[in-house]
Amino acid sequence: MAHQPGVAVMEAGALEFRAAEVEDTDERRESRETVGTPFADDPRMTCRDVNVYYGDNHAIKNVSLDIGREQVLAMIGPSGCGKSTFLRALNRMNDTIDGCRMTGEIRLDGQDIYAKDMDVVPLRALVGMVFQKPNPFPKSIFDNIAYGVRIHGLAESKSEIEGIVEHSLKRAGLWEEVNDRLDQPGTGLSGGQQQRLCIARTIAVSPEVILMDEPCSALDPIATAKVEDLINELGQDYTIAIVTHSMQQAARVSQRTAYFHLGDLLEVGPTDQIFTNPIHPLTEDYITGRFG
Amino acid sequence: MATPPKSTIERVRATLARRNRAERRFKNLGRAAVLLGLVFLVLMFVNIISTGYPAFWQTYVKLPVYFDPQVVDPQGNRDRETLGSADYGALVKASVRSLFPEVEGRRDRRDVAKLASRGTVFQLRRMVLADPSLVGVRTEIWVPVDDDYDMLHKGNVDRTLPEADRRLSDRKIGWFDRLIAEGRIESRFNATFFQAGDSREPELAGIWGAAMGSFFMLVVTLSLSFPLGVATAVYLEEFAPRNRVTSLIEVNINNLAAVPSIVFGLLGLAVFINLFGLPRSAPLVGGLVLTLMTLPTIIIAGRAALTSVPPSIREAALGIGASKLQMIVHHVLPLAMPGMLTGTIIGMARALGETAPLLMIGMVAFVVDIPQSVTDAATALPVQIFLWLDSPERAFVERASAAIMVLLAFLIAMNALAIVLRRRFERRW
Repeated sequence: MAHQPGVAVMEAGALEFRAAEVEDTDERRESRETVGTPFADDPRMTCRDVNVYYGDNHAIKNVSLDIGREQVLAMIGPSGCGKSTFLRALNRMNDTIDGCRMTGEIRLDGQDIYAKDMDVVPLRALVGMVFQKPNPFPKSIFDNIAYGVRIHGLAESKSEIEGIVEHSLKRAGLWEEVNDRLDQPGTGLSGGQQQRLCIARTIAVSPEVILMDEPCSALDPIATAKVEDLINELGQDYTIAIVTHSMQQAARVSQRTAYFHLGDLLEVGPTDQIFTNPIHPLTEDYITGRFG
Repeated sequence: MATPPKSTIERVRATLARRNRAERRFKNLGRAAVLLGLVFLVLMFVNIISTGYPAFWQTYVKLPVYFDPQVVDPQGNRDRETLGSADYGALVKASVRSLFPEVEGRRDRRDVAKLASRGTVFQLRRMVLADPSLVGVRTEIWVPVDDDYDMLHKGNVDRTLPEADRRLSDRKIGWFDRLIAEGRIESRFNATFFQAGDSREPELAGIWGAAMGSFFMLVVTLSLSFPLGVATAVYLEEFAPRNRVTSLIEVNINNLAAVPSIVFGLLGLAVFINLFGLPRSAPLVGGLVLTLMTLPTIIIAGRAALTSVPPSIREAALGIGASKLQMIVHHVLPLAMPGMLTGTIIGMARALGETAPLLMIGMVAFVVDIPQSVTDAATALPVQIFLWLDSPERAFVERASAAIMVLLAFLIAMNALAIVLRRRFERRW
């Protein structure tokens, strides 16, 4: 029952795929072992045997994965595969959900973030998050960015805060567009600008890792392109984990890609390899658009 | 022979008229309901205002008063005690009788003296105590007339009725008409109504005592129920674990909101007065009882307001590293505040209009003095209305309606405040 994939051309990404060299067998198709290269040499975050449960629902099953330093890791997979859940486990955002349990171990620079003495407040300052829907505070653009700086006491003076706000907005590529109206409400910006404002807000507290949960799914293509450029640029200095539905986006912004399937991490590898030569048959099915 | 199958559009058309008719019917029903409500509202306002408006006016009579030194200060030493305890009633009687020198007979002479309000006695005393040089002076002063004559002047006494059915005999009406003819009768703004406490004489009765009682009570209620209610709502909504105990508390709070208010009065009597020994009839106890009554309303409104804050704002705050308390204080509470304030003001408005729980704690009292603090004996506006409506004098009914107008004005002002606050605190996201 050999599967013979031909050359598949993705509609927008225009990436060519070579035929998988490995044989597609029932046995391999049923396997839920992670294949590829889930571990990195110099990881910023290491996850070992992570399981997440929502009540009785086993949402993440035995996931072990490293997030490499200063690179972008994309997480793809069909809806409900647990990629967002996994992302939210990385800065303990799942703690806020009733009935959510987690086992296993996640370390940030060798430190167990689920340790008893670990406080989520500094953790979330170190591991920032950008959400699916742009969610600026109903405050001015300036205050949106200054908020994190203020609550963590990262600046001594008003001028220092102003410097951080300007720097963050410049990094987010928003400075030119908003520098004349920093006192206007952040909610008055367009969707794409709001999302870049949220990214600026996240980098204002100088995190080490930035988590992005489908940051472009509520944006139009032009705004998406701007945010993707920004992610590419931020990837030079920051460790980024991004969940996305768009395989083209994963291909454009990430160095490594992880494929999740119904709570299992099936395959991790360099992005170009995942999209050109996937090992797991289900990965191949997904990226060639056979399901998902 | 089979009829040809109808097309979809034909089937839709067939039902269209019926559907449109149903829609029109429903719309008209709604309009009728709104109209009916408005009609009753207008009727209520017209009735209250037409009954109560005359109470803002009071009939005054100009009396020639002679502060007879023989009566006021027989010793002539201007001693305050003597001046204070003098028989001013004699001055009033002499003054009124001087207007009707022809009146003979004990009964008639007594009756004619009752033309001026009983408060005239105190008015004269106040004048003399304030300015002892008045003794021996002859002057003319305006004093309120007795409530029966006030009613006559306002046209509330039907002169065509047989004499026996009227509160005023032909003779009394004759006296009054003569005073009008002499230009000694005038209708003036009834400032007493807004400055005095309760009185047995309608022309001396005012709402200020009741208004102050209500004010002190609402101050106590607001300063206790708002912080308690908001804190409870925040704890239950944001911090409390979801388990049997919290759901039991939740059910009980919802039930408390539906408990008849008189039950809270019983509780107040048993706990605050009998157990804690707090003073009877005090706005403090009234405020505590009303706090118990408004707390469920504020908690329920507060929780609803907290739930309606979009989760994205919470995630944004937590995602940037805000602690839970920072998230709530900096982001959730400001967004929930309009809803909480609305709930609070609705609760306060309900408390302002509440009578039943106050019955139990002794605030249905005849209180003449204006309360100066939360522990003074006091009554409240709605209770005052209740008390006045209970009185037989026509003039008290009029004043009750006027008090209702004042109460309604307060309620409308509070609701307007709720709208203004909601607008001010409302932020879009």
